[in-house]
Amino acid sequence: MESLSNRKKVLEQKPMNFWERMYLPAIIKGMRITIRHFFKKKATVSYPEVERPYSKNYRGMHSLKRDEEGRERCTACGLCALSCPAEAISMISAERKKGEEHLYREEKYAAVYEINMLRCIFCGLCEEACPKEAIYLDGPHVPADYLRKDFIYGKNKLVEERFDVNLLEMANLKQEIN
Amino acid sequence: MADNEKIKVSIDGIPVEVDPGTTILNAARKIGGDIVPPAMCYYSKLEGSGGKCRTCLVKVSKGSEKDPRPMPKLVASCRTTVMDGMEVQNITSNEVIEARKGVVEMLLINHPLDCPICDQAGECHLQDLGFEHGAVSTRYEFERRTFDKIDIGDKIQLHMTRCILCYRCVFTADQLTNQRVHGILGRGDAAEISTYIEKAIDNDFSGNVIDVCPVGALTDRTFRFKNRVWFTKPVEAHRDCPTCSGKVTLWYKGEEVLRVTARKDQYGEVEEFICNTCRFEKKHTADWAIEGPRAVAHTSVISSNHYENLKPLQVIKENPTLKEANKYQFERSVRL
Repeated sequence: MESLSNRKKVLEQKPMNFWERMYLPAIIKGMRITIRHFFKKKATVSYPEVERPYSKNYRGMHSLKRDEEGRERCTACGLCALSCPAEAISMISAERKKGEEHLYREEKYAAVYEINMLRCIFCGLCEEACPKEAIYLDGPHVPADYLRKDFIYGKNKLVEERFDVNLLEMANLKQEIN
Repeated sequence: MADNEKIKVSIDGIPVEVDPGTTILNAARKIGGDIVPPAMCYYSKLEGSGGKCRTCLVKVSKGSEKDPRPMPKLVASCRTTVMDGMEVQNITSNEVIEARKGVVEMLLINHPLDCPICDQAGECHLQDLGFEHGAVSTRYEFERRTFDKIDIGDKIQLHMTRCILCYRCVFTADQLTNQRVHGILGRGDAAEISTYIEKAIDNDFSGNVIDVCPVGALTDRTFRFKNRVWFTKPVEAHRDCPTCSGKVTLWYKGEEVLRVTARKDQYGEVEEFICNTCRFEKKHTADWAIEGPRAVAHTSVISSNHYENLKPLQVIKENPTLKEANKYQFERSVRL
C-alpha cells in the first residue's frame, strides 16, 4: 500500500563492491570519530567531589527551619503530612513546657518528625502547605544508603543547625558601630 | 389562623410550608442545601440560643402577604419568625453576602488564628465560615485581647482568646446541668467566659460544653495535641450507659481511641448529649459496641484518606430506558 505521509525511505540491498568488502575505509571512518572525542570537553563531572550548579528552584532534601531567635518553627499542625501525596511524612506532637520557650516557637511542637526519603517524590507540596514557613526542600541530594530504615530521616537530620544568636548580635553591633 | 395550619414562605425562591412560629433559619433547614444560613451561636437543642453572632443574617424582601413591604434591615434568621407569604433572600442577595463577610471579619478581630495549634481545626465552624466568606487579610491594627488558659476541671480547657462569645456553653451549663457553674463576666469587649473562681465543674454532663463550642475555646484536655482531627477515623458506637443515651462517635488512630464525642448532625449540632463517663473514661474498644464508620461529608477535611467516600461523578448519563432494555443482558453477564 502507498504510504500516506510519503516519508518512508526504501532501502535497496545490493551486493558490496570491492572497497566495501575491504572494510578498512569504514574502520578508519569509525576510529576518526572515536579519537575526535578524546580531545573534546568531558560531558560528565565526578560527583560528589565536583558538583554542578543547581537550579535556583531545585527541590532537594527537606530542612526544618528555625526562626530569627533560633527556635523551631514547626508546630506539628500536620498540614504537610495531609498534603503529601506519597504519605512520606509522619509526626508526633507535644506540648511545650515552661522553660522551653527558647526552643520552640509555638505552644505545640513536633516531638518526632519523620520523612521517609524513599517515599518522598520531592514535589514540594509540604513546603506549600506549611503555614509556619517551617519546611523547605532546599537541601542537596538525598545520599545513597544501604538499609531502608536509614532513609527514614528524623529530626536530627532534618532540623536546621542552630546558629549562634550571640555571634549574630555581635556582628550586628559591630556593623552599627562602624 | 387555626393551630395546625401551615404557612407558606419562600427562601431564595424555594417555597416551603412550615408551622407558624418557626424561625427563618429552621424553615431554611427544612429545605436544606446551600441556602441554609450559617449559624455560630444558634443551637436548636439549647433554648434561648441565637441572636448573638449575626452570621445568619438574611434579607426579607417581602414581609408577608398582608404587608408586602420588605424589612428595612437585614434580620437575624435564627431569631425572626416566618410570616405567611414571606420572601427571604439568602445567597441570592449580594447585600447578605457582603454583610456576612463583614460579620466574619468582626468575629475574627480578636480570634488568634492559631489554627495550626488548635485542636478544633478541621471541625471548626469559624474556620469553615472564614474559608467561605472571609477576607484574606485583616484590617485590624491594634493588639488583640488575650487571656491565660484556664483549666475547668482536669478534663476541659478554656482558651478564652479563641472565644467568640456565642453563649452556647453558658446555655448548656444552664439547661443541662442543675446548678449553674459558669457564665459570662464583664460586658462588651471585656466579656469573658468564666467559672467564677475557676471552680471545677462537677456535673456529669459538663463535657458537652466541648461539643457545643463552635470554635476551639473549650477543648478536651485528654485529647490535647494528641493528633489532628483529619488523621483520626470516626466510628459510630454505643454502650449501655445508665446516665446518658450512650450513642457516641469514637475517633480512632490505629487501634487506639483518642477521643469520644457526641454524634453531630449536618449542622454540627449534637444529636444526643453524652455524659462525662462516656466521654472521658471509656477509651477502649472493649467498652463499646461498634456500629460502623461514620459518614463524613466529602467536602470535610476529615474525609481525607477515607476512600469509601470516593464517589466519582458519572461519566455517562443515566438512561432508565436503556437500562431496562439491557437488563436481561446485564443479568446474564453477571450470572456468567
